[in-house]
Amino acid sequence: MRHIISILMENEPGALSRVAGLFSARGYNIESLTVAKTEDTTLSRMTIITRGNDAVIEQIIKQLNKLIDVVKVLDLNDGKHIERELMLIKVKASPAHRDEMKRMCDIFRGRIIDVTDGGFTIELTGSGHKLDAFIENLDKSAILETVRTGASGIGRGDRILKL
Amino acid sequence: MNQTSTTDNQEEITPQFTGAEILIKCLHEESVQFVFGYPGGAVLNIYDAIYQQDKFEHILVRHEQAALHAADAYARSTGKVGVALVTSGPGATNAVTGIATAYMDSIPLVVISGQVPTHAIGEDAFQECDTVGITRPCVKHNFLIKDINDIAPVMKKAFHVAATGRPGPVLIDIPKDITATLNKFEYPEEVNIRSYNPVTKGHGGQIKKALKLLAESQRPMVYTGGGVILGDASVELTEFLQSLGLPTTSTLMGLGGYPATDIQSLGMLGMHGTYEANMAMQECDVLLAVGARFDDRVIGNIEHFLSRPRTIIHIDIDPSSISKRVQIDVPIVGDVKSVLTDLNDLVKSEKPVQNTAALAEWMETIKGWRAKKHSEFALDDKLIKPQQVIKTLHEVTNGDAFITSDVGQHQMWAAQYYPFDKPRRWINSGGLGTMGVGLPYAMGVQLAHPEAQVACITGEASIQMCIQELSTCQQYNLPIKVITLNNRYMGMVRQWQEFFYESRYSESYINALPDFVKLAEAYGHIGIRVENPADVEDALKEAFSPKLQDRMVFMDFITDQTENVFPMVPNGKGISEMITGKSS
Repeated sequence: MRHIISILMENEPGALSRVAGLFSARGYNIESLTVAKTEDTTLSRMTIITRGNDAVIEQIIKQLNKLIDVVKVLDLNDGKHIERELMLIKVKASPAHRDEMKRMCDIFRGRIIDVTDGGFTIELTGSGHKLDAFIENLDKSAILETVRTGASGIGRGDRILKL
Repeated sequence: MNQTSTTDNQEEITPQFTGAEILIKCLHEESVQFVFGYPGGAVLNIYDAIYQQDKFEHILVRHEQAALHAADAYARSTGKVGVALVTSGPGATNAVTGIATAYMDSIPLVVISGQVPTHAIGEDAFQECDTVGITRPCVKHNFLIKDINDIAPVMKKAFHVAATGRPGPVLIDIPKDITATLNKFEYPEEVNIRSYNPVTKGHGGQIKKALKLLAESQRPMVYTGGGVILGDASVELTEFLQSLGLPTTSTLMGLGGYPATDIQSLGMLGMHGTYEANMAMQECDVLLAVGARFDDRVIGNIEHFLSRPRTIIHIDIDPSSISKRVQIDVPIVGDVKSVLTDLNDLVKSEKPVQNTAALAEWMETIKGWRAKKHSEFALDDKLIKPQQVIKTLHEVTNGDAFITSDVGQHQMWAAQYYPFDKPRRWINSGGLGTMGVGLPYAMGVQLAHPEAQVACITGEASIQMCIQELSTCQQYNLPIKVITLNNRYMGMVRQWQEFFYESRYSESYINALPDFVKLAEAYGHIGIRVENPADVEDALKEAFSPKLQDRMVFMDFITDQTENVFPMVPNGKGISEMITGKSS
């Protein structure tokens, strides 16, 4: 089963490799991983998307908690949560196809953030499925480049991961 | 005038030290007794500071791997943190085997490695390697010091992290320029790591539940591991087991946690465990695991183990050890000593009513298994049986020696035929299974316990992996007795090849062995070769006689080449599916 795990950790050099190394050393799978410092710059917040049965996920969380740099770990799947991913996608948009591309972008609530004679760069935010759907609805030959951040997640309502 | 005198005063109040001196002062603050190490370019400043102090003794090994093993054995035999010091690059990579060995067995170590100067890091400098990166998967934690102000707080943290919770090695990588920078010295009194707070006290409700289950059980069994030794909990364990009269077995790492010669002890379990211990593990209805981790060498085939219903209680300080390989019904996270103390208090206050009739019947069943005598071996009048050497060693040393071992058949025979009644007497590499540890382990133990009898049980293959340490033993006059069970084979490899590869002994035979007697003599020690079973006892008595008590004796026992370790649970088989030897 797919799980989204949030990690609050010390913003120290090497902390990211400790987490990434743990996953590779123990054979756990990482679908995506995002990390950046938080409002408290001594802390980093990481979101990992992984897959595994309940026993594997339990071990992942225990092993993460064992890392000295890890302050707190939360399996967002344990409650309601929100996840968002950002994609930047560069597409061909020749004069004949510009309107259609703009319409498609609007349907998915994307924003055009760069325009050239031959194309657009579109910013799109949403769940991974939404980003996948956008890509699927484009003519593949129109896609010049895509870059995705991987999902960031947060608990709904009062559910807070904080020191 | 006034201003000048103030400045002078301030300089007097806060004297300046080099980073190297600060590092040494930290070791003094931690009351370190020995530092095991080997000098090199990146640690020259540190060695210069060592030269100018006399609060700890530096033990110069002949290879960095041995420095780690010796520090590791010092820790295993005393319960204190072991300290090793190595240089950058090859010094650090040579140390990795020792660090990984300690990590697998949860041994508290602080390892200091030199690093090239900060400005040279990443430039492929001479003797540079990414030590922090290389060691990351085999340390509890590691640090690269980039600021002189960090030395003292990092050292304080390192000793704290190494020794608390589930212990383990901590490495500190320190660039050469930092060891020459001047700074004031202030050792923090307390350590506070917000992300590191190991649980020590077990959950009261779970402890109650555990006791109830054990008391009501018809076929209770207790399985104890290295956590009992590391947690110094053998007194509490013994009190608990004796108050309820429970049968118990130990892993390789837990030997000595409960007196092996007591009737409630079924000996070691696992791949080469006793018949009765493995049968009782399989047939019990309530199993209490204490500081053990259900590893593959202990449980055998998991599906087979789980095919019998039983309730499992697990006490461990590391939450990730619980339900890792086997689902646990009653988990108790906490320090084993603290949890066992709570259990003992509960036994006294609650006086639980036990199912005594069922327990008596269960003990009879166990007695029946024991009566099969699958742990016996037959003596031979021409060839020395390795088991005979260990048994005689046990008698000659009154069962009270510190025993280190290497890895292989001799290790298993040592575990089987030298019953340990006290903790921290049995020093071996259980998790990583590192050949070559035996001799440096004996060095660490002998230094920590100068008056004690220390024997290293080894094989002719293992001993050659760190044989250079015979030179260290001479330098520090360590009167270790090396007991080599020389069967001219890598015995355990040979045994697997005989059983599972139709006796194709691929590369497991060494036909170019040194003359160990002459080799020992070349290093300044006494060498004794024993080839006749009738001479085993006298030779051992001589080695341990007062006449030789200050000398290292290297004993080369020429043993039966065909002897195998029994019982044996073949790889992938269930714990009760043992091969029980030629006779049966």
